Amino acid sequence: MMQHYGINESKGLEFGIYTLGDHLPDPHTGERISAQQRIQEIIEFAKLADEAGLDFFSVGESHQEYFATQAHAVVLAGIAQATEKIKLGSSSTIISTSDPVRVYENFSTVDLISGGRAELVAGRASRIGLFDLLGYDIRDYEALYEEKFDLLRQINEQEKVTWSGDYRAPLRNAQVLPRPQKGKLPIWRAVGGTPQSAMKAGYAGVPMFMAHLGGPVDAFKQTVDAYREAATAGGFDPAELPVATAGFFYAAETTQQALQEMYPHVNEGMKRTNGRGFSKQMFAQGADTRSVMNIGSPQEIIEKILHQHEVFGHQRYIAQIDFGGVPFDKLRKNIEIIATDILPEVRKHTAK
Amino acid sequence: MNVVALSGSIAGSKTRTAMDYTAASLQKQLPDADVTLLDLAEYNVQFSDGRHHLDYDGDTGYVVRTIMQADAVIIGTPVFQASIPGTLKNLFDLLPGDAFSGKVVSILVTAGSAKHYLIAEQQLKPILGYMKAEIVQGYVFIEEKNFHQKQITDDDVLFRIDRLVEDTAFRTGVLTRIQEEQDSAYDF
Repeated sequence: MMQHYGINESKGLEFGIYTLGDHLPDPHTGERISAQQRIQEIIEFAKLADEAGLDFFSVGESHQEYFATQAHAVVLAGIAQATEKIKLGSSSTIISTSDPVRVYENFSTVDLISGGRAELVAGRASRIGLFDLLGYDIRDYEALYEEKFDLLRQINEQEKVTWSGDYRAPLRNAQVLPRPQKGKLPIWRAVGGTPQSAMKAGYAGVPMFMAHLGGPVDAFKQTVDAYREAATAGGFDPAELPVATAGFFYAAETTQQALQEMYPHVNEGMKRTNGRGFSKQMFAQGADTRSVMNIGSPQEIIEKILHQHEVFGHQRYIAQIDFGGVPFDKLRKNIEIIATDILPEVRKHTAK
Repeated sequence: MNVVALSGSIAGSKTRTAMDYTAASLQKQLPDADVTLLDLAEYNVQFSDGRHHLDYDGDTGYVVRTIMQADAVIIGTPVFQASIPGTLKNLFDLLPGDAFSGKVVSILVTAGSAKHYLIAEQQLKPILGYMKAEIVQGYVFIEEKNFHQKQITDDDVLFRIDRLVEDTAFRTGVLTRIQEEQDSAYDF
Protein backbone atom coordinates (compact mmCIF):
# COMPACT_ATOMS: atom_id res chain seq x y z
CA MET A 1 0.00 0.00 0.00
CA MET A 2 1.06 3.61 -0.53
CA GLN A 3 0.79 4.00 3.25
CA HIS A 4 3.85 1.77 3.40
CA TYR A 5 5.67 4.80 2.01
CA GLY A 6 3.82 7.27 4.22
CA ILE A 7 1.67 8.55 1.38
CA ASN A 8 -2.05 9.14 1.86
CA GLU A 9 -3.71 9.62 -1.52
CA SER A 10 -6.95 10.77 0.05
CA LYS A 11 -5.17 14.07 0.78
CA GLY A 12 -4.26 14.58 -2.87
CA LEU A 13 -0.97 15.02 -4.67
CA GLU A 14 1.90 15.65 -2.27
CA PHE A 15 3.84 18.84 -2.85
CA GLY A 16 7.53 19.08 -2.04
CA ILE A 17 10.64 21.16 -2.59
CA TYR A 18 14.09 19.98 -3.50
CA THR A 19 17.43 21.67 -3.69
CA LEU A 20 20.56 20.34 -5.37
CA GLY A 21 22.46 22.37 -2.82
CA ASP A 22 24.00 24.45 -5.60
CA HIS A 23 26.02 27.46 -4.52
CA LEU A 24 25.97 29.89 -7.43
CA PRO A 25 26.12 33.66 -7.84
CA ASP A 26 22.89 35.60 -8.29
CA PRO A 27 23.17 36.65 -11.97
CA HIS A 28 21.13 39.81 -11.29
CA THR A 29 23.82 41.10 -8.92
CA GLY A 30 26.85 38.93 -9.72
CA GLU A 31 27.23 38.30 -5.98
CA ARG A 32 27.57 34.90 -4.35
CA ILE A 33 26.66 34.42 -0.71
CA SER A 34 29.03 32.42 1.52
CA ALA A 35 28.68 28.64 1.80
CA GLN A 36 27.68 29.15 5.42
CA GLN A 37 24.88 31.53 4.48
CA ARG A 38 23.74 29.21 1.69
CA ILE A 39 23.47 26.25 4.09
CA GLN A 40 21.67 28.40 6.68
CA GLU A 41 19.26 29.59 4.00
CA ILE A 42 18.54 26.03 2.88
CA ILE A 43 17.61 25.17 6.47
CA GLU A 44 15.47 28.32 6.67
CA PHE A 45 13.87 27.46 3.30
CA ALA A 46 12.89 24.04 4.69
CA LYS A 47 11.46 25.72 7.78
CA LEU A 48 9.29 27.99 5.63
CA ALA A 49 8.10 24.99 3.60
CA ASP A 50 7.25 23.17 6.83
CA GLU A 51 5.32 26.14 8.26
CA ALA A 52 3.45 26.51 4.95
CA GLY A 53 2.23 22.93 5.18
CA LEU A 54 4.22 21.44 2.31
CA ASP A 55 4.74 17.69 2.39
CA PHE A 56 8.39 17.11 1.57
CA PHE A 57 11.81 18.77 1.44
CA SER A 58 14.99 17.22 0.10
CA VAL A 59 18.66 18.09 -0.31
CA GLY A 60 21.05 16.77 -2.95
CA GLU A 61 24.65 15.54 -2.88
CA SER A 62 27.05 16.91 -5.51
CA HIS A 63 30.82 16.81 -5.03
CA GLN A 64 31.92 19.55 -7.36
CA GLU A 65 32.51 23.26 -7.72
CA TYR A 66 29.46 25.50 -7.16
CA PHE A 67 27.79 23.15 -4.65
CA ALA A 68 27.59 23.40 -0.86
CA THR A 69 25.72 20.33 0.45
CA GLN A 70 28.24 17.55 -0.16
CA ALA A 71 27.46 16.43 3.42
CA HIS A 72 23.74 16.47 2.68
CA ALA A 73 22.81 14.12 5.53
CA VAL A 74 24.37 16.61 7.98
CA VAL A 75 22.32 19.44 6.44
CA LEU A 76 19.23 17.24 6.72
CA ALA A 77 19.97 16.72 10.41
CA GLY A 78 19.94 20.50 10.84
CA ILE A 79 16.65 20.67 8.98
CA ALA A 80 15.23 17.80 11.05
CA GLN A 81 15.89 19.79 14.20
CA ALA A 82 14.47 23.03 12.76
CA THR A 83 11.21 21.58 11.39
CA GLU A 84 8.19 19.78 12.81
CA LYS A 85 5.98 18.01 10.30
CA ILE A 86 7.51 18.05 6.83
CA LYS A 87 8.98 14.81 5.47
CA LEU A 88 12.71 14.97 4.69
CA GLY A 89 14.80 13.25 2.08
CA SER A 90 17.76 13.33 -0.25
CA SER A 91 17.75 14.30 -3.92
CA SER A 92 19.74 12.36 -4.30
CA THR A 93 22.19 10.37 -2.18
CA ILE A 94 24.95 9.02 -4.40
CA ILE A 95 24.92 5.49 -3.09
CA SER A 96 27.50 4.27 -5.67
CA THR A 97 30.37 6.08 -3.96
CA SER A 98 29.26 5.66 -0.35
CA ASP A 99 29.09 2.80 2.08
CA PRO A 100 25.42 1.79 2.37
CA VAL A 101 25.94 0.98 6.05
CA ARG A 102 27.09 4.52 6.82
CA VAL A 103 24.38 6.01 4.65
CA TYR A 104 21.75 3.99 6.48
CA GLU A 105 23.16 4.97 9.88
CA ASN A 106 23.01 8.63 8.85
CA PHE A 107 19.48 8.54 7.52
CA SER A 108 18.03 6.47 10.35
CA THR A 109 19.62 9.02 12.71
CA VAL A 110 18.01 11.88 10.76
CA ASP A 111 14.80 9.87 11.05
CA LEU A 112 15.10 9.70 14.84
CA ILE A 113 16.01 13.38 15.16
CA SER A 114 13.00 14.30 13.03
CA GLY A 115 10.58 11.93 14.74
CA GLY A 116 10.16 9.50 11.82
CA ARG A 117 10.16 11.87 8.87
CA ALA A 118 13.24 10.70 6.92
CA GLU A 119 13.29 9.20 3.43
CA LEU A 120 16.17 8.29 1.14
CA VAL A 121 16.45 8.76 -2.60
CA ALA A 122 19.42 6.86 -4.04
CA GLY A 123 21.05 7.96 -7.28
CA ARG A 124 24.08 7.30 -9.44
CA ALA A 125 25.48 10.83 -10.02
CA SER A 126 25.39 12.59 -13.37
CA ARG A 127 28.95 13.77 -12.94
CA ILE A 128 32.00 11.69 -12.15
CA GLY A 129 34.30 13.96 -10.16
CA LEU A 130 33.25 12.21 -6.96
CA PHE A 131 34.53 8.87 -8.28
CA ASP A 132 38.08 10.31 -8.27
CA LEU A 133 37.51 12.22 -5.03
CA LEU A 134 36.21 9.22 -3.12
CA GLY A 135 38.38 6.58 -4.74
CA TYR A 136 36.11 4.68 -7.10
CA ASP A 137 36.54 3.61 -10.71
CA ILE A 138 34.15 5.17 -13.20
CA ARG A 139 34.15 1.86 -15.11
CA ASP A 140 32.16 0.40 -12.22
CA TYR A 141 29.50 3.15 -12.51
CA GLU A 142 26.52 0.83 -13.00
CA ALA A 143 27.73 -2.17 -11.00
CA LEU A 144 28.56 0.01 -7.97
CA TYR A 145 25.10 1.52 -7.99
CA GLU A 146 23.16 -1.70 -8.41
CA GLU A 147 25.16 -3.58 -5.76
CA LYS A 148 25.11 -0.81 -3.18
CA PHE A 149 21.47 0.02 -3.78
CA ASP A 150 20.57 -3.65 -3.21
CA LEU A 151 22.58 -3.71 0.02
CA LEU A 152 20.94 -0.48 1.20
CA ARG A 153 17.51 -2.00 0.67
CA GLN A 154 18.53 -5.20 2.43
CA ILE A 155 19.71 -3.22 5.47
CA ASN A 156 16.33 -1.49 5.46
CA GLU A 157 14.43 -4.78 5.36
CA GLN A 158 16.50 -6.66 7.95
CA GLU A 159 18.08 -5.44 11.15
CA LYS A 160 20.76 -8.13 10.86
CA VAL A 161 22.36 -8.53 7.47
CA THR A 162 24.51 -11.26 5.99
CA TRP A 163 25.81 -10.12 2.66
CA SER A 164 28.74 -10.32 0.28
CA GLY A 165 29.53 -8.47 -2.92
CA ASP A 166 32.30 -7.10 -5.12
CA TYR A 167 32.69 -3.55 -3.83
CA ARG A 168 32.50 -3.80 -0.07
CA ALA A 169 33.73 -6.12 2.65
CA PRO A 170 31.20 -8.89 3.43
CA LEU A 171 28.75 -8.54 6.31
CA ARG A 172 28.12 -11.49 8.59
CA ASN A 173 25.04 -11.19 10.70
CA ALA A 174 25.85 -7.48 10.99
CA GLN A 175 23.51 -5.29 12.98
CA VAL A 176 23.00 -1.85 11.45
CA LEU A 177 21.85 0.66 14.08
CA PRO A 178 20.03 2.77 14.97
CA ARG A 179 16.80 1.57 13.43
CA PRO A 180 14.38 4.21 12.10
CA GLN A 181 11.29 5.07 14.11
CA LYS A 182 8.81 3.09 11.98
CA GLY A 183 11.21 0.20 11.47
CA LYS A 184 11.92 1.06 7.84
CA LEU A 185 12.76 4.11 5.73
CA PRO A 186 11.01 4.86 2.46
CA ILE A 187 13.80 4.28 -0.10
CA TRP A 188 13.33 5.58 -3.66
CA ARG A 189 15.31 5.04 -6.81
CA ALA A 190 16.41 8.28 -8.50
CA VAL A 191 15.67 8.17 -12.24
CA GLY A 192 16.93 10.78 -14.70
CA GLY A 193 14.01 10.43 -17.07
CA THR A 194 15.11 7.56 -19.30
CA PRO A 195 12.93 4.44 -19.41
CA GLN A 196 15.87 2.03 -18.81
CA SER A 197 16.53 3.18 -15.27
CA ALA A 198 12.79 3.50 -14.56
CA MET A 199 12.31 -0.11 -15.59
CA LYS A 200 14.97 -1.27 -13.12
CA ALA A 201 13.05 0.53 -10.37
CA GLY A 202 9.85 -1.14 -11.57
CA TYR A 203 11.23 -4.69 -11.74
CA ALA A 204 12.58 -4.29 -8.18
CA GLY A 205 9.28 -2.86 -6.88
CA VAL A 206 10.97 0.33 -5.68
CA PRO A 207 9.30 3.77 -5.70
CA MET A 208 10.56 6.07 -8.44
CA PHE A 209 11.81 9.64 -8.03
CA MET A 210 11.96 11.05 -11.57
CA ALA A 211 13.87 14.31 -12.03
CA HIS A 212 13.93 16.27 -15.26
CA LEU A 213 15.32 19.53 -16.63
CA GLY A 214 12.55 20.09 -19.13
CA GLY A 215 10.76 18.61 -22.10
CA PRO A 216 7.26 17.55 -23.07
CA VAL A 217 5.01 15.90 -20.48
CA ASP A 218 4.19 13.17 -23.00
CA ALA A 219 7.84 12.13 -23.29
CA PHE A 220 8.05 11.52 -19.55
CA LYS A 221 4.78 9.62 -19.60
CA GLN A 222 6.63 6.91 -21.52
CA THR A 223 9.06 6.63 -18.62
CA VAL A 224 6.24 6.42 -16.07
CA ASP A 225 4.43 3.82 -18.19
CA ALA A 226 7.63 1.79 -18.58
CA TYR A 227 8.09 1.89 -14.81
CA ARG A 228 4.58 0.62 -14.05
CA GLU A 229 4.76 -2.07 -16.76
CA ALA A 230 8.08 -3.30 -15.37
CA ALA A 231 6.61 -3.33 -11.85
CA THR A 232 3.72 -5.48 -13.06
CA ALA A 233 6.14 -7.80 -14.87
CA GLY A 234 8.19 -8.03 -11.67
CA GLY A 235 5.14 -9.21 -9.73
CA PHE A 236 4.40 -5.90 -7.99
CA ASP A 237 1.20 -3.89 -7.98
CA PRO A 238 1.92 -0.44 -9.50
CA ALA A 239 -0.98 0.92 -7.45
CA GLU A 240 1.15 0.34 -4.38
CA LEU A 241 4.28 2.04 -5.73
CA PRO A 242 4.51 5.83 -5.50
CA VAL A 243 5.97 7.95 -8.29
CA ALA A 244 7.46 11.39 -7.64
CA THR A 245 8.37 13.92 -10.32
CA ALA A 246 10.82 16.75 -9.77
CA GLY A 247 11.79 19.75 -11.87
CA PHE A 248 12.11 23.50 -12.31
CA PHE A 249 9.41 25.62 -10.69
CA TYR A 250 8.95 29.36 -10.36
CA ALA A 251 5.79 31.29 -9.66
CA ALA A 252 5.21 35.03 -9.91
CA GLU A 253 2.15 37.23 -10.36
CA THR A 254 2.33 36.92 -14.14
CA THR A 255 3.94 34.37 -16.42
CA GLN A 256 6.02 37.12 -17.98
CA GLN A 257 7.35 38.12 -14.59
CA ALA A 258 8.09 34.49 -13.69
CA LEU A 259 10.06 33.94 -16.92
CA GLN A 260 11.90 37.26 -16.52
CA GLU A 261 12.91 36.60 -12.93
CA MET A 262 13.90 32.94 -13.28
CA TYR A 263 15.55 32.75 -16.71
CA PRO A 264 18.91 34.35 -15.80
CA HIS A 265 19.26 31.99 -12.82
CA VAL A 266 18.67 28.89 -14.90
CA ASN A 267 20.73 30.10 -17.87
CA GLU A 268 23.77 31.28 -15.91
CA GLY A 269 23.53 28.40 -13.43
CA MET A 270 23.49 25.84 -16.24
CA LYS A 271 26.46 27.51 -17.90
CA ARG A 272 28.51 27.09 -14.75
CA THR A 273 27.36 23.63 -13.70
CA ASN A 274 26.63 22.00 -17.07
CA GLY A 275 28.87 23.87 -19.49
CA ARG A 276 26.10 25.46 -21.54
CA GLY A 277 23.18 27.80 -21.01
CA PHE A 278 19.46 27.12 -21.41
CA SER A 279 17.82 28.30 -24.65
CA LYS A 280 15.22 31.05 -24.30
CA GLN A 281 12.95 29.17 -26.67
CA MET A 282 12.99 26.07 -24.45
CA PHE A 283 12.50 28.18 -21.36
CA ALA A 284 9.56 30.08 -22.89
CA GLN A 285 7.93 26.72 -23.62
CA GLY A 286 8.16 26.05 -19.89
CA ALA A 287 5.03 28.17 -19.51
CA ASP A 288 3.05 25.91 -21.87
CA THR A 289 0.79 23.25 -20.37
CA ARG A 290 2.49 20.56 -22.44
CA SER A 291 5.91 21.34 -20.93
CA VAL A 292 6.94 19.55 -17.77
CA MET A 293 8.54 22.67 -16.26
CA ASN A 294 6.28 24.62 -13.93
CA ILE A 295 7.07 28.27 -14.56
CA GLY A 296 4.33 30.89 -14.65
CA SER A 297 1.49 32.55 -12.81
CA PRO A 298 -0.17 30.63 -9.96
CA GLN A 299 -3.23 29.85 -12.11
CA GLU A 300 -1.12 28.52 -14.97
CA ILE A 301 0.98 26.41 -12.65
CA ILE A 302 -2.15 24.93 -11.06
CA GLU A 303 -3.39 23.93 -14.52
CA LYS A 304 -0.01 22.50 -15.44
CA ILE A 305 0.33 20.43 -12.26
CA LEU A 306 -3.21 19.12 -12.63
CA HIS A 307 -2.49 18.20 -16.25
CA GLN A 308 0.71 16.42 -15.20
CA HIS A 309 -1.21 14.58 -12.51
CA GLU A 310 -3.79 13.46 -15.04
CA VAL A 311 -1.04 12.17 -17.37
CA PHE A 312 1.38 10.67 -14.81
CA GLY A 313 -0.97 9.69 -12.00
CA HIS A 314 1.92 10.47 -9.67
CA GLN A 315 1.77 10.81 -5.89
CA ARG A 316 4.27 13.58 -5.25
CA TYR A 317 5.46 16.65 -7.14
CA ILE A 318 8.74 18.21 -6.06
CA ALA A 319 9.64 21.75 -7.09
CA GLN A 320 13.19 23.00 -7.67
CA ILE A 321 12.97 26.76 -7.06
CA ASP A 322 16.36 27.78 -5.75
CA PHE A 323 18.68 26.85 -8.63
CA GLY A 324 21.25 29.41 -9.75
CA GLY A 325 21.39 31.81 -6.81
CA VAL A 326 17.72 32.78 -6.51
CA PRO A 327 17.67 35.31 -3.63
CA PHE A 328 16.01 34.25 -0.42
CA ASP A 329 13.17 36.80 -0.54
CA LYS A 330 12.08 35.25 -3.86
CA LEU A 331 12.13 31.79 -2.30
CA ARG A 332 9.98 33.11 0.53
CA LYS A 333 7.58 34.66 -1.98
CA ASN A 334 7.32 31.36 -3.88
CA ILE A 335 6.53 29.43 -0.71
CA GLU A 336 3.80 31.98 0.04
CA ILE A 337 2.27 31.60 -3.43
CA ILE A 338 2.43 27.79 -3.18
CA ALA A 339 0.79 27.79 0.24
CA THR A 340 -1.98 30.32 -0.44
CA ASP A 341 -2.79 29.87 -4.15
CA ILE A 342 -1.42 26.62 -5.52
CA LEU A 343 -1.52 23.99 -2.80
CA PRO A 344 -5.24 24.29 -1.86
CA GLU A 345 -6.32 23.98 -5.51
CA VAL A 346 -3.99 21.11 -6.30
CA ARG A 347 -5.05 19.19 -3.21
CA LYS A 348 -8.75 19.84 -3.84
CA HIS A 349 -8.60 18.47 -7.38
CA THR A 350 -6.30 15.51 -6.77
CA ALA A 351 -7.63 14.13 -3.48
CA LYS A 352 -8.97 10.58 -3.87
CA MET B 1 34.10 36.02 -32.63
CA ASN B 2 35.86 32.87 -31.55
CA VAL B 3 36.97 30.63 -34.42
CA VAL B 4 38.80 27.31 -34.22
CA ALA B 5 40.77 25.83 -37.12
CA LEU B 6 40.92 22.14 -36.24
CA SER B 7 43.42 19.72 -37.70
CA GLY B 8 41.68 16.41 -37.02
CA SER B 9 44.45 13.87 -37.46
CA ILE B 10 47.62 12.94 -35.60
CA ALA B 11 49.21 11.39 -38.72
CA GLY B 12 50.66 13.07 -41.79
CA SER B 13 51.18 16.73 -42.58
CA LYS B 14 48.81 17.76 -45.40
CA THR B 15 45.80 18.59 -43.24
CA ARG B 16 47.99 20.61 -40.87
CA THR B 17 49.55 22.44 -43.82
CA ALA B 18 46.10 23.34 -45.13
CA MET B 19 44.90 24.38 -41.66
CA ASP B 20 47.97 26.60 -41.15
CA TYR B 21 46.93 28.49 -44.27
CA THR B 22 43.28 28.44 -43.15
CA ALA B 23 44.13 29.91 -39.74
CA ALA B 24 46.24 32.63 -41.37
CA SER B 25 43.43 33.41 -43.79
CA LEU B 26 40.98 33.58 -40.87
CA GLN B 27 43.18 36.02 -38.98
CA LYS B 28 43.65 38.12 -42.11
CA GLN B 29 39.95 38.28 -42.94
CA LEU B 30 38.86 38.64 -39.30
CA PRO B 31 41.50 40.79 -37.58
CA ASP B 32 39.31 41.18 -34.46
CA ALA B 33 38.48 37.49 -34.07
CA ASP B 34 40.15 35.07 -31.68
CA VAL B 35 41.54 32.41 -34.00
CA THR B 36 42.83 29.17 -32.48
CA LEU B 37 44.66 26.55 -34.47
CA LEU B 38 43.93 23.24 -32.76
CA ASP B 39 46.06 20.40 -34.08
CA LEU B 40 45.12 17.11 -32.42
CA ALA B 41 48.69 15.89 -33.10
CA GLU B 42 49.92 18.35 -30.44
CA TYR B 43 47.70 16.99 -27.68
CA ASN B 44 47.41 13.73 -25.84
CA VAL B 45 43.66 13.24 -26.09
CA GLN B 46 42.13 10.28 -24.28
CA PHE B 47 39.39 8.06 -25.64
CA SER B 48 35.86 9.07 -24.80
CA ASP B 49 34.55 7.11 -21.81
CA GLY B 50 31.12 8.66 -21.72
CA ARG B 51 31.67 11.14 -18.90
CA HIS B 52 30.24 14.68 -18.88
CA HIS B 53 32.38 16.90 -21.11
CA LEU B 54 33.30 19.20 -18.19
CA ASP B 55 34.80 16.22 -16.35
CA TYR B 56 37.73 15.75 -18.77
CA ASP B 57 40.99 17.32 -17.64
CA GLY B 58 44.49 17.86 -19.04
CA ASP B 59 44.88 17.96 -22.83
CA THR B 60 41.49 16.34 -23.36
CA GLY B 61 39.80 18.96 -21.22
CA TYR B 62 41.58 21.74 -23.11
CA VAL B 63 40.58 20.39 -26.53
CA VAL B 64 36.94 19.88 -25.48
CA ARG B 65 36.68 23.34 -23.90
CA THR B 66 38.27 25.00 -26.94
CA ILE B 67 35.66 23.46 -29.25
CA MET B 68 32.76 24.18 -26.87
CA GLN B 69 33.72 27.87 -26.58
CA ALA B 70 33.98 28.41 -30.34
CA ASP B 71 31.42 30.31 -32.40
CA ALA B 72 32.70 28.61 -35.53
CA VAL B 73 34.88 25.60 -36.28
CA ILE B 74 36.62 24.81 -39.54
CA ILE B 75 37.29 21.09 -39.45
CA GLY B 76 40.28 19.88 -41.42
CA THR B 77 40.35 16.14 -41.98
CA PRO B 78 42.24 13.62 -44.06
CA VAL B 79 40.54 10.49 -45.41
CA PHE B 80 41.58 7.24 -43.76
CA GLN B 81 40.16 3.89 -44.93
CA ALA B 82 37.42 5.68 -46.83
CA SER B 83 36.32 7.63 -43.74
CA ILE B 84 37.35 10.28 -41.22
CA PRO B 85 40.25 9.43 -38.89
CA GLY B 86 39.50 7.84 -35.53
CA THR B 87 41.02 10.85 -33.76
CA LEU B 88 38.34 13.11 -35.22
CA LYS B 89 35.52 10.68 -34.45
CA ASN B 90 36.86 10.41 -30.89
CA LEU B 91 36.69 14.19 -30.54
CA PHE B 92 33.02 14.08 -31.56
CA ASP B 93 32.45 11.29 -29.02
CA LEU B 94 33.98 13.43 -26.26
CA LEU B 95 31.43 16.20 -26.87
CA PRO B 96 27.76 16.39 -25.87
CA GLY B 97 25.24 15.34 -28.52
CA ASP B 98 24.28 18.86 -29.51
CA ALA B 99 27.74 20.36 -29.09
CA PHE B 100 27.61 22.23 -32.41
CA SER B 101 24.24 23.84 -31.75
CA GLY B 102 24.58 27.57 -32.48
CA LYS B 103 27.96 27.07 -34.17
CA VAL B 104 28.90 27.36 -37.82
CA VAL B 105 30.96 24.36 -38.92
CA SER B 106 32.78 24.11 -42.23
CA ILE B 107 34.90 21.38 -43.73
CA LEU B 108 38.26 21.04 -45.43
CA VAL B 109 39.29 17.58 -46.67
CA THR B 110 42.68 16.34 -47.78
CA ALA B 111 42.87 13.04 -49.64
CA GLY B 112 45.16 10.93 -51.74
CA SER B 113 42.65 10.57 -54.52
CA ALA B 114 39.66 12.35 -56.01
CA LYS B 115 37.72 9.11 -55.50
CA HIS B 116 37.28 10.18 -51.87
CA TYR B 117 35.40 13.35 -52.75
CA LEU B 118 32.04 12.28 -51.30
CA ILE B 119 33.42 10.98 -47.98
CA ALA B 120 32.73 14.31 -46.26
CA GLU B 121 29.26 14.45 -47.76
CA GLN B 122 28.31 10.94 -46.74
CA GLN B 123 30.21 10.43 -43.51
CA LEU B 124 31.14 13.73 -41.91
CA LYS B 125 28.06 15.85 -42.62
CA PRO B 126 25.61 13.35 -41.07
CA ILE B 127 27.58 13.47 -37.80
CA LEU B 128 27.70 17.29 -37.86
CA GLY B 129 23.98 17.44 -38.67
CA TYR B 130 23.21 15.13 -35.74
CA MET B 131 25.29 17.36 -33.49
CA LYS B 132 23.20 20.37 -34.62
CA ALA B 133 25.92 22.20 -36.57
CA GLU B 134 25.04 25.02 -38.95
CA ILE B 135 27.02 23.44 -41.78
CA VAL B 136 28.61 25.43 -44.58
CA GLN B 137 27.55 23.05 -47.31
CA GLY B 138 30.33 23.61 -49.78
CA TYR B 139 33.67 22.23 -48.66
CA VAL B 140 37.26 22.44 -49.83
CA PHE B 141 38.69 19.18 -51.13
CA ILE B 142 42.44 19.08 -51.65
CA GLU B 143 44.28 16.25 -53.35
CA GLU B 144 47.76 15.04 -52.55
CA LYS B 145 49.05 16.35 -55.87
CA ASN B 146 48.35 19.92 -54.67
CA PHE B 147 50.99 19.64 -51.92
CA HIS B 148 54.76 19.70 -52.11
CA GLN B 149 57.15 19.85 -49.14
CA LYS B 150 54.45 21.01 -46.70
CA GLN B 151 53.29 23.76 -49.05
CA ILE B 152 50.15 24.11 -51.09
CA THR B 153 51.36 24.46 -54.66
CA ASP B 154 48.11 25.30 -56.42
CA ASP B 155 46.78 28.85 -56.18
CA ASP B 156 43.27 27.65 -56.94
CA VAL B 157 43.30 25.73 -53.64
CA LEU B 158 44.24 28.92 -51.79
CA PHE B 159 41.35 30.78 -53.44
CA ARG B 160 38.98 28.02 -52.39
CA ILE B 161 40.21 28.11 -48.80
CA ASP B 162 39.83 31.91 -48.74
CA ARG B 163 36.24 31.51 -49.95
CA LEU B 164 35.52 28.86 -47.30
CA VAL B 165 36.90 31.19 -44.63
CA GLU B 166 34.82 34.08 -45.96
CA ASP B 167 31.66 31.96 -46.01
CA THR B 168 32.36 30.70 -42.49
CA ALA B 169 32.93 34.21 -41.15
CA PHE B 170 29.91 35.68 -42.89
CA ARG B 171 27.58 32.92 -41.75
CA THR B 172 28.85 33.11 -38.17
CA GLY B 173 28.01 36.81 -38.08
CA VAL B 174 24.57 36.17 -39.53
CA LEU B 175 23.92 33.26 -37.17
CA THR B 176 24.71 35.51 -34.20
CA ARG B 177 22.16 38.03 -35.51
CA ILE B 178 19.57 35.28 -36.06
CA GLN B 179 20.04 34.14 -32.45
CA GLU B 180 19.77 37.71 -31.18
CA GLU B 181 16.64 38.34 -33.21
CA GLN B 182 15.06 35.09 -32.01
CA ASP B 183 15.93 35.83 -28.39
CA SER B 184 14.60 39.39 -28.69
CA ALA B 185 11.17 37.92 -29.44
CA TYR B 186 11.04 36.88 -25.77
CA ASP B 187 10.55 39.57 -23.19
CA PHE B 188 12.80 37.97 -20.63
